[in-house]
Amino acid sequence: MNTGALTAQPIASPHAHGGNSVTRTMFRVQMALVPATLYGFWLFGWPAFFLWLLTILSCLGFEALSLKMMGVTRIKATLFDGSALLTGWLLAMTLPPWAPWWVAVVGGFIAIVIGKQVFGGVGQNVFNPAMVARVALLVSFPVPLTQWVHPLPLTTLAAPDFIDGLRIFLTSLPQPDAMASASLLGFSKTELSRGIDLFHSLAGEQAPVLSWVGARAGSFGESASLLILGGGLYLLATGVITWHTPVAVLAGLALPAAIGHAVDPAHYLSVSAHLLSGAAMLGAFFIATDYVTSPNTAAGQIVFGLGIGLMTWVIRTWGGYPEGMAFAVLLMNALTPVIDRFAKPRILGRDRKGKPLDIPESKGA
Amino acid sequence: MGFMNLFKTFLGNHWGIHPADHKRPASEQPVRRLPLAPRLHLMLSQHVGAPARPVVLVGQKVLKGELIAAAQGNISAPLHAPTSGRITAISEITAPHASGLPAMAITLDPDGEERWVDVERPTNPYALAPDDIAARVAAAGVVGLGGATFPSSVKLNLGRRSRIDTLIINGSECEPYLSCDDRLMRDRAVQIVSGIRLMLIATGAQVAKVGIEDNKPEAVAAMREAAADYGEVVVVVVPARYPMGSDRQLIVELTGREVPSDARAADVGVIVHNVGTAYAVHEAICLGRPLISRLITLNGNGVTMPGNYEVPLGTLVSDLIAFTGGVQGEVAKLVMGGPMMGSILPQTRVPVVKGTSGVLLLDAREAAAFEPEACIRCGSCIKACPMGLLPLEMSAHIRNDDLDGAVDLGLADCIACGCCAYVCPSHIPLVQYFYHAKGDLSARQRNQLRSESTRKLANARQERLDRESREKAEAAARRKAERAAQQAAAIDALNKTGEIA
Repeated sequence: MNTGALTAQPIASPHAHGGNSVTRTMFRVQMALVPATLYGFWLFGWPAFFLWLLTILSCLGFEALSLKMMGVTRIKATLFDGSALLTGWLLAMTLPPWAPWWVAVVGGFIAIVIGKQVFGGVGQNVFNPAMVARVALLVSFPVPLTQWVHPLPLTTLAAPDFIDGLRIFLTSLPQPDAMASASLLGFSKTELSRGIDLFHSLAGEQAPVLSWVGARAGSFGESASLLILGGGLYLLATGVITWHTPVAVLAGLALPAAIGHAVDPAHYLSVSAHLLSGAAMLGAFFIATDYVTSPNTAAGQIVFGLGIGLMTWVIRTWGGYPEGMAFAVLLMNALTPVIDRFAKPRILGRDRKGKPLDIPESKGA
Repeated sequence: MGFMNLFKTFLGNHWGIHPADHKRPASEQPVRRLPLAPRLHLMLSQHVGAPARPVVLVGQKVLKGELIAAAQGNISAPLHAPTSGRITAISEITAPHASGLPAMAITLDPDGEERWVDVERPTNPYALAPDDIAARVAAAGVVGLGGATFPSSVKLNLGRRSRIDTLIINGSECEPYLSCDDRLMRDRAVQIVSGIRLMLIATGAQVAKVGIEDNKPEAVAAMREAAADYGEVVVVVVPARYPMGSDRQLIVELTGREVPSDARAADVGVIVHNVGTAYAVHEAICLGRPLISRLITLNGNGVTMPGNYEVPLGTLVSDLIAFTGGVQGEVAKLVMGGPMMGSILPQTRVPVVKGTSGVLLLDAREAAAFEPEACIRCGSCIKACPMGLLPLEMSAHIRNDDLDGAVDLGLADCIACGCCAYVCPSHIPLVQYFYHAKGDLSARQRNQLRSESTRKLANARQERLDRESREKAEAAARRKAERAAQQAAAIDALNKTGEIA
């Protein structure tokens, strides 16, 4: 087959375009992340800002390096299509806000080089790059990846100023105990393993509070569920994503949580604790909806989302880690080609199996 | 109904796209008649099927409406002189096609007298026999004016053979920029309805449903008024959505029937004709006038006077542009047809043909030339595809030279409507991929047919040789047997004579 015609200047119709572009899509997702990110800066101060910035720069840097090494000619256009920036941003949303600088650099390397470019670049990766980096970091460096801090809003006196923030970010000194905290999921898991049931552990003074506006310990993506939800609704309204994946993820998480909590409230967290904790909202609206690594039909997306939600609940409840969203996403990413194979739309004039419909008996020549 | 639509939207079960229609202000201009060009070029092949065969000689004088090329074979259409004048050449000229390749045409120099040939008008056209109507439509050279240019009479005859109950008249005009059907329905609704009634008689269908998109309220009103006295002609408003005018989609919308992918519309009791075709049928039957001109939308930012023009067939696009005030600004793309499915023209010195619904002079902003990027699997194309295909998967297979894979995914069902490429954020020229693959596919099928027929011929030859040698052997054996019998008879006779002697 002569493939020259495929690379030539297109002469075939259509001669008009709807105006959508990769850059515009990525830009909209970034816009949707802005409120939660700004709120995160305010909650966790300068160190969080530095972490966010360096994670993004690291992703862009490794992207540029990979493109250069592969001899890609359109480095600038590919670099600024917004995909590497978004990967870095999403990764930063899932990290502990006071993680040291090298977490950002190593995370960027894993996300871009191992998670994306080795598969062939944008559109080719099997796994969500941000989640690959998050899981690899968590497994390799459990200590800095599980140290959460109390929110110290920028306006409070105790908040580190610019210089202090830089020092915290660069020196990776152990955090003072007073500021260390646990996320709700981590806390309840630890307490359960010590034999203290949820009634007692969550009633205690130490217990992290559950809050929609998120003045609580956790990552950016965890602390402001309401703002993440708002961003997700913006994505739905602008048509960047459809409702199928997020609703399926949340349902897949909420249904088993509701059943578990109803059966044994002492050992199973409530639905709201599940939905507002960890990366539930971020995962449902921003991670699981990643175009490249999720199925591309509505039916497939529902199966995919339910799988992620269910697996997240299973890992949170019985697994070794307090949070399971990243693992669940990666597992379902691996199933995406299979789901895509089975969940195909029906072709007009054919049945589900692809056989042409029968010609009606009464009609026809 | 409203609730169902909302429900469908909620489910994401909606095909097609809603492009900006760019129909105004061109559609608001009254139809203007284009003056005669100094020279007309009539392509011998401007319909689906065999090219027409010239029946005039160079130098011959012809009258307006006179037959200049006859139909050849079952699927073909004749050509008539768009005006009176002299035939000056029968030769190759550049065809109105993206390839810019030449094809045969008859060149006519008008004498400006516009003298009509004698035409026959039936006293009561609606009393004609169905096959008489079809024959007159065939003789008038009427073809599908929606762009498909399939000879209309063939479809009318098909109707009687396949028990058609519903005639669908396509007035949806879903292509952006184009408004020639809209204009026709507004201005000549009575004639269109007359044509529809004639087509009902010819096909034997009981009801005609005219589908018009809801972005053309004036056309709907005009058609409803014209059809008010005829209960069998129903005007149905359909949502404005591209490609509503594609026959399979329109049939589902108007009748709820789904045409099997390997069957034709007639197999589900439906036949689809364009409003322009209905008008041409009326002209052909009631006035005896063959198809010699058509309405063309001239539109795009490069046009000085956008609007709809009645253009004699064979007029050069360059003349059309010159008559309407010339080009304005820089033209990035010259398109014949609509922006979604039309083809680009390499130059303007190509003639208008029966299937030309519009000529667009698009500037750089409208023509949208982007560099393709990598597919991000966003699935926009899947949501947009009106056929339920997976354009992104198909293109991936084609890019990797896996034609069979693309065929398995339904390449043959692709109608090349362009929705996928229109919505693609990576600007991948998906339709180009599919055209390319379909070209390869048909080349492969041709090769298969050829090798099959070669094998058949070789087998036949072998069989013939075997048969011949067998026959030879048999004949030899027979001769031998005969000789032996003769000898035996001679000896016998000798013996007998001996006995007598």
